[in-house]
Amino acid sequence: MLLTWLLGQGFHSMAQSARYQTRAGMVSFFSSSPLEDIEARSQQLAAVLDTRSGQLAFTVPIRSFQFKRSLMQEHFNENYLESEKYPKATFSGRVLEWKPETLTATGAVQVVAEGDLTMHGVTRHIKVPGTLTSLSNQVLINASFPVAPADYNIEIPALVRDHIAKSVLVTVRLACAPAAGATTVSQP
Amino acid sequence: MHHPSTLRFWVLLLALLLSAAAQAQDSLLAELNAQAPDSTGHELVQATFKGTRIINGHSVETPGPGTLVFLISHRFGRLNSGPYNLFGLDQATIRLGLEYGLTDRLAVGVGRSSVEKAFDGFVQYRLLRQRRGGMPLSATLLASSAINTLRYSATADGFEHTFSRRLTYTWQALLARKMSPSLSVQLMPTVVHRNLVGEKAAPNDVYALGFAGRQKFTKRMAFTWEYYYRLPNSRTAGLRDALGAGIDIETGGHVFQLHVTNANSMISQQFISTTSGRFFKGDLYFGFNVARNFTLKSGL
Repeated sequence: MLLTWLLGQGFHSMAQSARYQTRAGMVSFFSSSPLEDIEARSQQLAAVLDTRSGQLAFTVPIRSFQFKRSLMQEHFNENYLESEKYPKATFSGRVLEWKPETLTATGAVQVVAEGDLTMHGVTRHIKVPGTLTSLSNQVLINASFPVAPADYNIEIPALVRDHIAKSVLVTVRLACAPAAGATTVSQP
Repeated sequence: MHHPSTLRFWVLLLALLLSAAAQAQDSLLAELNAQAPDSTGHELVQATFKGTRIINGHSVETPGPGTLVFLISHRFGRLNSGPYNLFGLDQATIRLGLEYGLTDRLAVGVGRSSVEKAFDGFVQYRLLRQRRGGMPLSATLLASSAINTLRYSATADGFEHTFSRRLTYTWQALLARKMSPSLSVQLMPTVVHRNLVGEKAAPNDVYALGFAGRQKFTKRMAFTWEYYYRLPNSRTAGLRDALGAGIDIETGGHVFQLHVTNANSMISQQFISTTSGRFFKGDLYFGFNVARNFTLKSGL
């Protein structure tokens, strides 16, 4: 049974073109207000980039975000993102004007990704500017974009309203390696 | 050439292609989700209770690692003590406490109560932690001791209140389960030992079984209750089981707990073994716990 599965997987990736992926990407967010700066980070961002089509997918478990204050982390999960009900945040989209040559360029290439960001049960179509950098056997993805908690029905009680920014800056930073069985992009 | 059916064919083809593209995107995400198995599968269940106390007694929760909790517990006098005492507001008992999480499992605390001018200290260890799809409950062990520091005149009792006679102890196993995001229940087998008891009939060891629960009714508010049943061999005439009911209100860095109980003391040595108030006859103490958390060591 395992063998069939392995074969199936191998066959699947071969048929499916070039995949770069990671399970240990970094995603952080930063909320800055006159009263308080709040920061949290996760190292469990899973991502896959299809280098043939420029399609992208990201997923991160909400519970993997670490805060400086444990109570804040608890509130984040319990009251704000409600991770019991909505355990993940995901992004599914593509790089605009994708050319496979993007990955043969040296240095960071400015790109814009467009797609659906889903969290707290709300899906919104967003455009995110970022960079792609090709290294010998890796693709680095960097992006920063603002997210307004209100857009995702994240309710903030009046008492702490001044402590939490209207717009939170989300940063993703990850290094994707070729998926097993995928064809790698030739380097110049 | 532009026959209506040809047009329809092109529209249909375009629609098919578009939906195929959308599906390709979604299938990439689906593939990713399938590969990255839901890491919430065996995650720890958090926040079984809002605070480290339910009402008078401890919950399975400990302060997070590097977190210092300043806990102010306060009970007014009896509600049924009449308008002369402004229904209890004229009197008060208080305990000030500090608790600190050494690791995510081990915590220590100290406190000082106005009742018996008692100083207490405790160690708490989270032995088991409830996990989604795994361990069904959380268990925290607690050992506490307290010393009564009241001044006694040497002649009043006819014996000396030596250091060891002033000591009392509690050992507890706190067993809790978060049944749903809003409902948590806890069971607390407890032994209280007192080196000195007030009368011959009173046992030095008091065995009790505590029951407690919390039911959230909004995201930030919950109804709580706590009851300590003393086992038949530990019951003394005139004394009663400690019972309390209250509300937890949570704000940014604070947890406020408002409640009524039939006990006016706030450490287990005292409220389990010396409570005399009759809850349903109105011998109720209105009180509150306020916890303020300070992060001494960053979790990042």
